[in-house]
Amino acid sequence: MPSIVLAVARFGFLALLWIFVFAVAGVVRRDLWTGSRSNRLVAAPRGVPAAGPPQPAPARPRRGQSPRILVVTEGALAGTTITLTDRPITMGRAEDSTVVLTDDYASTRHARLVARNGEWFLEDVGSTNGTYLDRAKVTGPTPVPLGVPIRIGRTALELRP
Amino acid sequence: MPTFAQPAAAPPGATAGRRVPTRRNTELALLLFGFVVTALLSAAAQAALINTVRVDCLVLPVLVLMLGLVAHVVIRIFAPYADPVLLPLATLINGVGVVFIHRVDVPTETDSDYHKFASIGATDGLGIQQVMWTGLAVIFCCALIIVIRDHRTLARYAYTFGLAGIVLVAIPAVLPGSMSEVNGAKVWIRLPFFAIQPGELAKLALFVFFAYYLVRKREVLSLASKRVLGIALPRPRDLGPVIVVWIMSVLILVFEKDLGSSLLFLGTFVVMLYIATERKSWLVIGFVLFAFGAFAAYSLGTWLGPFRNFHDRVDIWLNPMSDPLNTTYQLSRSLISLGVGGLFGAGPGAGDPTSVPLARSDFIIATIGEELGMFGLAAILLLYLLITLRGVKAGTVVRDPFGKLLAGGLAFSMSIQVFVIVGGVTDLIPLTGLTTPFLSYGGSSLVANWILIGLLIRISNDARRPSPAGTAGGPSGPPPQLQSAATEVIKL
Repeated sequence: MPSIVLAVARFGFLALLWIFVFAVAGVVRRDLWTGSRSNRLVAAPRGVPAAGPPQPAPARPRRGQSPRILVVTEGALAGTTITLTDRPITMGRAEDSTVVLTDDYASTRHARLVARNGEWFLEDVGSTNGTYLDRAKVTGPTPVPLGVPIRIGRTALELRP
Repeated sequence: MPTFAQPAAAPPGATAGRRVPTRRNTELALLLFGFVVTALLSAAAQAALINTVRVDCLVLPVLVLMLGLVAHVVIRIFAPYADPVLLPLATLINGVGVVFIHRVDVPTETDSDYHKFASIGATDGLGIQQVMWTGLAVIFCCALIIVIRDHRTLARYAYTFGLAGIVLVAIPAVLPGSMSEVNGAKVWIRLPFFAIQPGELAKLALFVFFAYYLVRKREVLSLASKRVLGIALPRPRDLGPVIVVWIMSVLILVFEKDLGSSLLFLGTFVVMLYIATERKSWLVIGFVLFAFGAFAAYSLGTWLGPFRNFHDRVDIWLNPMSDPLNTTYQLSRSLISLGVGGLFGAGPGAGDPTSVPLARSDFIIATIGEELGMFGLAAILLLYLLITLRGVKAGTVVRDPFGKLLAGGLAFSMSIQVFVIVGGVTDLIPLTGLTTPFLSYGGSSLVANWILIGLLIRISNDARRPSPAGTAGGPSGPPPQLQSAATEVIKL
């Protein structure tokens, strides 16, 4: 067996092994965009991929000013973001909530956010400890401006563009 | 006052008809790619060893590929949304291990039976044995995927698993040395026809129990008492579980002389505790406990019998070249092998692995390092890293806390096991007799690690599967709720 063949086989194997590693890394990378449904303990709405392609939304007033994401700013889930779609967002400790709160002061079904003509409304759905928009207790459906904290127990969430 | 009607149903086909890719064909392609890699390794080794390439160099890679395909078909049917890279990664590492074990079987030129070269067939030696063990392990893995349709059912038997784990760990310690001791470590159950290492299976059972227990207790365990140096310390009375596991790991260290398993159990438990509570203080406490235990064991080893083995190992670790013909023989040979390998290795089949003791099991990393060099060894380590990465990923995506903890713990245990054995062989930490997952020769280890992969595949299937609401085909909006119904009524 000529030594050139051995050398080719030797380095060829190493190259192939690394190509395999990169092939797997490539699959993993593509998977970031298709497979991910959620971030940490927060799940996307059932049946709606969190980072899916933006669905053609009805024309929203003041484009650029309309909220696109919901950010958890305080509490155990701080740092989590959720991309808004047209779907209502439910918040609570129930496993099927959009935002599954791990907060001792949150109820199983605590509050929800619903979009209406490009504006988001916050509504308390019968929680024990109440939902607050900044300092004010939410009694009925209340429009949520950008950057104003929604407070649920120790958790605070904000709408951001 | 604005009122809430239910939002209009999603446009048809937007969500209900959307198909989540299963990625099964990607898995198949990667499996075949892995086979090509293994086959090239086998051919290159044969070319260097006997100066010719025969068709029979493909026998072992093909057998491993067939086992991988069996698992692939089972996954296609029973876990169609599973992670596509776990199976190819495990199969490739396993295949590389089989080829290297077979390669060590072939005597080298320095051996007296050099002339038997040509007669060494693909089915001679331990390589084919390893393939059989792999077959058994893949059967267990497939059975797990078929039987356990939902990983949460495991939580129901958590206490049974915990008890079984402790019993399995303890058996070798109470058996007489003739039935449990091999090369200084009492980790075996030796029966007339076969021997198993119960610790390998015990680790899986214990991790299931840890995950269940920590899910139940995580809220209590994450309560903080006071902050020291910016770290919130847990309350003293919550230290119980970690102390119990620490004592268990020290007992393993003393009675089974098995530093590796001891480190594996404690490390994995502490990391699972950290995942469950998100408190860094547990990592610090775990590390301090382990460092204290190890230092105490080393100090006691100078005069107390049960710790002597550990003391000797630490001495060997500190001075690996001090007595190369006697006590530090193993480690010094291993270091020389790795050094000879250098950056690109001697080439498959061109090294001299028989100069390393236990070249098929404990020191297979040295064998691979000698022939593939740092370049090849780094790639192998990356394969393990990718397995861990995918396991953790499955843990972050899956919805139930038990699955999160189990996936995180299992994935991390794979990493810590590789760290302990590779660190030992390369003299980074004291050498201990853990097996290298999928590479080392041995049935217990293969079965346990394939079951681990099966569990990760099962959990990742749950994590990536579209939720039932999306597949039902009907409108997938949230169930109508009383609140909005009430506002509707008022509006009317």
